[in-house]
Amino acid sequence: MVTKLLSSIQAWTSNAITNSRTGDSWIGITHLKVVLFLICLYPLAAMVWGLFTGQLGANPIEAVTRNSGLWGLRFLLITLCITPLRWLTGINQLIRFRRMLGLFAFFYATVHMLLYLGLDQFFDWSEIWHDIIKRPFITVGFINFVALLPLAFTSTNKMMKRLGGRRWKQLHKLSYFVAMAACVHYLMLVKADIRQPVIYIVILAILLGARLINNYRQRRSSLISN
Amino acid sequence: MLIKRKRAWDLPQKEVTEYQVYKNRRQFLNTVLTLGVASALPRVGLAKPVDELEVYQDLQSSPFSTDEKKTPFESVTTYNNFYEFGTAKEAPSLYATEFPDESKPWRVKIDGECDKPGVYEYDDLIKPFTLEERIYRMRCVEGWSMVIPWVGFPLGDLLKRAQPNSKAKFVEFTTLYDPEQMPGQRRAVLEWPYVEGLRIDEAMHPLTILSVGLYGKELLGQNGAPIRLVVPWKYGFKSIKSIVRIRFVEDMPQSAWMKANLSEYGFYSNVNPNVDHPRWSQRKERRIGEFLKRETLMFNGYGDEVAELYTGMDLKRHY
Repeated sequence: MVTKLLSSIQAWTSNAITNSRTGDSWIGITHLKVVLFLICLYPLAAMVWGLFTGQLGANPIEAVTRNSGLWGLRFLLITLCITPLRWLTGINQLIRFRRMLGLFAFFYATVHMLLYLGLDQFFDWSEIWHDIIKRPFITVGFINFVALLPLAFTSTNKMMKRLGGRRWKQLHKLSYFVAMAACVHYLMLVKADIRQPVIYIVILAILLGARLINNYRQRRSSLISN
Repeated sequence: MLIKRKRAWDLPQKEVTEYQVYKNRRQFLNTVLTLGVASALPRVGLAKPVDELEVYQDLQSSPFSTDEKKTPFESVTTYNNFYEFGTAKEAPSLYATEFPDESKPWRVKIDGECDKPGVYEYDDLIKPFTLEERIYRMRCVEGWSMVIPWVGFPLGDLLKRAQPNSKAKFVEFTTLYDPEQMPGQRRAVLEWPYVEGLRIDEAMHPLTILSVGLYGKELLGQNGAPIRLVVPWKYGFKSIKSIVRIRFVEDMPQSAWMKANLSEYGFYSNVNPNVDHPRWSQRKERRIGEFLKRETLMFNGYGDEVAELYTGMDLKRHY
C-alpha cells in the first residue's frame, strides 16, 4: 500500500518536472538555483532591514543573534529534507540544490557565531574561552561550528573527487550529528518554555527516522534477493 | 442667497472614510507589511494607546532615584518577561492589551501571620499612600538591564498597617491566576500561580516598593498592572507582577522559579556579578538601547543600602 502510494507520487511528480530520461528539466536547474539562492538570502535581508528600520524590538542584538542561529538550524533541517524528498517524489534532481542549502546553513551558523564573538563578547578571547569551557550550551554550539567547518571545506567538486564518493559520504554523515547538536544547543538555552526547540527535535527525528527505515528496508530487500 | 453648487469632487458625507477606519486601515497595512518583511523575525507588540492611561499628578521625587538615562517607554513596554502572557519578549505587549479586565474588581488579600488581615479593593489599598517616582535600575537574570521610572510607595508602609506578628519571618506574594485573561497560564511552563517571596527585612527595606505605574502613568498589563513589586537589587523575576495576595509566613516561601529549577534560581537571587547563572555569566549586562555591555554591579549598585542585610551570609551558597 505505502509502496504503491510512493510510486504513484513518484510517477506523477517526475512526469511533471522531468521531460526525458536524461533528467533535463523543462526549467533550467541553473535558473532554479538562482531563484533558490535569492530565497535563501531572504532571512538575512529581513534581519538587515529590521536593524535599519528599528523593527527588531528593544534588544536588536539579541534578536539577530537568535535569528541567525535559528536560520542555521532551519537550513540544516531543510538540507536533510532533500534525500527523503527524493525518495518520496523520485525527483533526483533535488540533489543539485543540496549543496547550496547546506552552505547556507553554514553561512547562517557563521553569522550567528560572529555575532556571539563580536557583539556578545566583543572579541574578548579570554572571556570567550572561559565561556566555551564553562557553559555547556556554548560548548555544544562551539563544537557544532567546528564540526561544520570540514563539511563546508569539502563541499567543492574538487574536494569531492579528491576524497572519493564513499569517503565524502562518510564524512558528510557528520551533518546528522551537527543537526542533533544544534537542537541540543537550542534546548539548553531556553529557560522554561521548551516548546520551540521540541518542534525542531521532532522534525529532525522524522528526518533521521526516515533514513533508518529506508536503511532497514534496503537491507531486508537485499537479504530477500540474495 | 448662498447657492451651494455640488462639485465633481464633493463627496456625500456618508462616503467620507471615518478617521478611525482610515487609521485602522493604516494600522492594518502596517501590520501586514511588518509581518511580510519581518516574518522571519520576532514581532514587536503594539502597546495599548498610551494617551488613554491615567496620569499621576504631583509625584514626589525620591533620593533613591538614579539620574542615569532612562530606558525609552517603548522598550520598557514591549520587551517583557511575563510568562502569564507567553514566553516571547513581545508576547506580553501583544496579549496583555486588555489586561486587567476592568469589569472585574481587583482585590488584594493580605493575610497570614499578622493581626490585621483583610481583603482590599485596589483603590482602597493604595489610597493611604503618597505616590513617589523612583527611578531604578532593573537587571534581568538573562543579562540585560533597563532604567525605569516607577511610580509607587514603599511596601513596608503597607505591611506595617497589617501588623505582622513575631512569626512573620517572610512575605509571600502571589500573582493572579486567570487563564482566561492570561493565555500563558493555559500551559504549565511554570507552576501557576506565580509566587515570589522576600525575607521580612528585605520586604520592609525602604528601597522595596509596590509600583502602580511607570513614566508617570498607570501600569500597562505587560508591566504587571495594576500593582506589582519592585526590588531593585534583585534579578527582575523577583519583582512579581499583578499581585492578588500578600501573605506573612514563618517558613521561606517556595517561589515559582525555585520550583522550576532550584539550582539556577535561588530564593535570594540578589544581583551578583560573582555568582554566575549555571548556564551563563552574570559579570556583564546589556543595557537596553546600548551597544556595548557594561559591568554588572554588586546588588545592582544598591550595595550601600542593602549589603548590611546579608552580613555574614555566604552569597555563593545563598544565591
